[in-house]
Amino acid sequence: MNLYVIYPEITVLVLALALIIIDLLLPSEETRRPLGYITILVLSILAISLFWQYHLTISAYFYQGLFYYDNYAIFFKQLFLLAVILTVLFSLQYIDTMKYSSEFYSMILFALTGMMILASANDFLTFFIGLELMTISFYALSGFGLTNKKSSEAAIKYLIIGSLSTAVTLYGISLIYGTAHSFDFAVVCKNPEFFSALGIAGMMMITAGIFFKMSIIPFHMWAPDTYEGAPVPVTGLLAMGSKAAAIAVFMRILFEAFFPAADYFMPVLAVFSAICMIGGNIAAMKQKNIKRMLAYSSIAQAGYMMVGICAASPQGLKGVLFYAFLYVLANTGAFAVVTVVALEKKGTDYEQFTALSQSAPVLAMVMSVSLLSMAGIPPTAGFAGKLYLFMAVVEHGYLWLAFVGFIMSMLSVYYYLKVVRVMYTGKSDGSTITISGAVRAAVLISMTATVVFGVWPQYLSMLTDFAAITFLR
Amino acid sequence: MEHFALTNTWLIPLLPAIAFVLIGLFFKRWAAISAFIAVLASAVSFILSTFAAFAVLNSGISVDAPFIQRVTWAEIAGLHFEMGALIDPLSVMMLFVVSLVSLLVQIYSIGYMQGNKSFGRFFAYLSLFSASMLGLNIAINFVQMYIFWELVGLCSYLLIGFYYQRIAAREAAKKAFITTRIGDFGLLIGILLLQTVFGTVDFLELKQILPLYIASYGTSTLTVIGILLFIGPIGKSGQFPLHVWLPDAMEGPAPVSALIHAATMVVAGVYLVARAYFLFASVPALLELIAWVGAFTAFFGASIALSQREIKRILAYSTISQLGYMMLALGVGSLTASLFHLFTHAFFKSLLFLCAGAVMHAMSEEADIFKMGGLRKKIPLVFAAMTVGVLAISGIPPFAGFFSKDEILSAALSVSTPMYLLATLTAFMTAFYMSRLLFVVFFGEETKAKLHNISYFMQVPLVILAILSFGSGLWGYICDFGYWIRFGAPLEEHMNLSIAILSTLLPLLAFALTWNIYVRKRWSADYIANKLGILYTVSFHKYYIDEFYALLCRIFIDGIGKIMYFIDIYIIDGIVNAVSGLVLFLSILLGKLQTGQTQRYAAAFFCGVVILLLCGILYFNTISGIVAGGGAL
Repeated sequence: MNLYVIYPEITVLVLALALIIIDLLLPSEETRRPLGYITILVLSILAISLFWQYHLTISAYFYQGLFYYDNYAIFFKQLFLLAVILTVLFSLQYIDTMKYSSEFYSMILFALTGMMILASANDFLTFFIGLELMTISFYALSGFGLTNKKSSEAAIKYLIIGSLSTAVTLYGISLIYGTAHSFDFAVVCKNPEFFSALGIAGMMMITAGIFFKMSIIPFHMWAPDTYEGAPVPVTGLLAMGSKAAAIAVFMRILFEAFFPAADYFMPVLAVFSAICMIGGNIAAMKQKNIKRMLAYSSIAQAGYMMVGICAASPQGLKGVLFYAFLYVLANTGAFAVVTVVALEKKGTDYEQFTALSQSAPVLAMVMSVSLLSMAGIPPTAGFAGKLYLFMAVVEHGYLWLAFVGFIMSMLSVYYYLKVVRVMYTGKSDGSTITISGAVRAAVLISMTATVVFGVWPQYLSMLTDFAAITFLR
Repeated sequence: MEHFALTNTWLIPLLPAIAFVLIGLFFKRWAAISAFIAVLASAVSFILSTFAAFAVLNSGISVDAPFIQRVTWAEIAGLHFEMGALIDPLSVMMLFVVSLVSLLVQIYSIGYMQGNKSFGRFFAYLSLFSASMLGLNIAINFVQMYIFWELVGLCSYLLIGFYYQRIAAREAAKKAFITTRIGDFGLLIGILLLQTVFGTVDFLELKQILPLYIASYGTSTLTVIGILLFIGPIGKSGQFPLHVWLPDAMEGPAPVSALIHAATMVVAGVYLVARAYFLFASVPALLELIAWVGAFTAFFGASIALSQREIKRILAYSTISQLGYMMLALGVGSLTASLFHLFTHAFFKSLLFLCAGAVMHAMSEEADIFKMGGLRKKIPLVFAAMTVGVLAISGIPPFAGFFSKDEILSAALSVSTPMYLLATLTAFMTAFYMSRLLFVVFFGEETKAKLHNISYFMQVPLVILAILSFGSGLWGYICDFGYWIRFGAPLEEHMNLSIAILSTLLPLLAFALTWNIYVRKRWSADYIANKLGILYTVSFHKYYIDEFYALLCRIFIDGIGKIMYFIDIYIIDGIVNAVSGLVLFLSILLGKLQTGQTQRYAAAFFCGVVILLLCGILYFNTISGIVAGGGAL
């Protein structure tokens, strides 16, 4: 057993358990802020240490192929780590206001473990464990605003629909086991019996379960309510981590387990992707709450990333990885701002953002850059990401899909710039928002990275090439 | 140090760029800190440029064997773009001139802009300009060059419109931007054509591909590309017929005129032609076009400058005329003469503009030369500097302009006599309008106005530039500029005595004329203007080109505008409003679907599952067919 293969997961789990123990040792009136610092420190070291793992040319397995450890998995692990680090960084203050803040940190870390397992899953059992670990942690996290009715509502809704989705996914897995007699991704695709009506039905059900996580229309209905009700950092993590994890495992399942059926499945994916881009963007227009708007926008973003999956080529894959990365960066920027505003102004409607440029110019600037990146305006990274995605899919022959993407990106500018307009016009009430150093660091990191990768995409692009190399052999 | 400078030339544009960011984001409000950062960045850039120049000289880097560094900038399915630094004698000469002049102008600006409310903003823009211009100089391909080309255009726009409270400044900024955009558009199409025809925009790769291409396909496509590319320099370097923006650009502060609209940005066009000279030189018809555009512009600009009254406008038309000289030299095949003139012109023209700025500063922003007079005794230093500048531009030996202009004249003579005559006539007119400016401003009746002080910050750059205006030509001649800087094959002409004597005598004659007209008042200027009649009027009204363009705009642009307005209001808007109405309606509808009831959500979820299952079964036939046929497995 080569345990070093799962050292990132072990580290995170140990950290999560250690936080609970430390919490018990600390006097109850003591602030839990140091726990946040420890989390950030450990996760940062872990994320950086992962850079040295990339050179592995031969991918490593753990426990008879249950767990796969290749550049692709490492890339996503780093992505999740980055998302969690930045989220914790900008929400230290927010978490302080919660009742059980140390449990909050642990829960986030459990969810993170789930995501990391998902990125490495090479077997339907591992996949299911990772998925459930992540999802159940998120149920708890969504309901963490204990005094807030909306938060409870969000958690319950997420739980009910999530359980449905779990049931459907399990059913799908059992169908696949029934036909292919294996859980292993590499074995399933080699068994001709899998390509029967039952096997295909299983494949569709698992797809449904993943679509639920990715909040693809029509599996998205939970998303707006949960996004709105959940505490802001949780919403951010749901939008970034949960979605990226689902995409990571979806591509793995699609191109490993369901190959070559997947090739014939692409037109269906293309239609779902188009529906997502159209529906998400159009529904986002008339929203009054920024969190809800971001929920719909994240539905549209999932659609964009599906465009890259449809290309089913190394370029498409690279596009998805690139886009997933900058999507995390743009979302940390946006959600950091929303978190601060939610704390200071007790709300996340458009009114609360009025004249933000006067009360907190840095936040307004970061928010604008992040939203422009989501809309895909140069010189932000979003432009480069969309370019990669659409180029890949056009080469694959889906011109119409790229066209839908272009039109919808144009429409999306409307509601993104509406926020910018609100922030830069309107009368200020004269108050100023003080920003803590941690938030400032988080937003500046995300904004700088967004601009740098937009102007100079080559480095990130090299990393994604590296990640894609072990995949789609 | 030399090695460091050579291998780190990317620092040269980066430093002013950092200064721009620092000033723009943090220090805009503190005048002293902004100025300090900007001057410091420029000074380090200048030192690095100087060392890079020495390194190039000592290591035998030539135009044919340049030193190149490149990094991949972006790679998108089939397209590969690089950024980098191309270091050869051509680019280090430009780096040296640009960084030196921008350093001096920034020092001058400390004095000139003192007390201005937007002092920090001014230095931020100046730094951005230096960064863009230096970046343009080290471009390794057309795309990189185009990016910086547009950036210098942006800076020019920002700085012309620096006093944006004044309507004239705003209008001039817009005019400059739009006019040069016309040229840039041609350049852009040319670059795109290059990419589609050759598959690369890299200077060196193009240089290698080109002979083979011409051998197999001829030069017809190349001619089109060349003309399109040349439209860019026509706009940027103020060549006829896109010169109209340059005189108006004088609405900007005087240091801006000196830096951007005399010494650096406007020569970007000359630099582009020189950089892509292998391309232009491979089609003789293109060179002839460039030569004629240059010769005509030189004559044309000078003839307008003869009758203008505003001090900076005279200098602006003079710049147009001198840029014409440079283009002419390129067209007749003498790269060396053209760049030599670029080199000397950068010094004496920025000197003249800075002197004009000092005069206007002293006279409380008075621009009309006939409202000045007798300033010789009041500001002797400016007078001395201005005199050096006038002698240099008029081509009196041993001042700088004499040597470079002489090379252009002899190069022109070796190709075509009409061009030579035009150029010589221009030299006469140049001396005439420059001495007219000098005599009217500094001699004659003393003005009663009380003069402002001219600070040391303004005086020092004047002295340095005056020394350079005096010495740079002689130095270039003695050290054999063409050989020293090794612009490939020695294209330069050696000094031709008859040309040299003629081009010295003509300016002296012009001096005598203006002395008698404007100082001695032996002949009345008005009388001469009346006698010349239509010639004078045409010159004074700048050949009515502005009016002609305005008329064209009224007829075509406004006419099309009216039609488009109709279409826009009644057809496009109708469609747009309908679409946006529909989209917003859909948005509300979708929002209504979101009832908040979990049963509904679950129902939607199962609808999705059913749809997916149906799709799966629909595709099942195809898939099972493949498997049965043993296809992909």
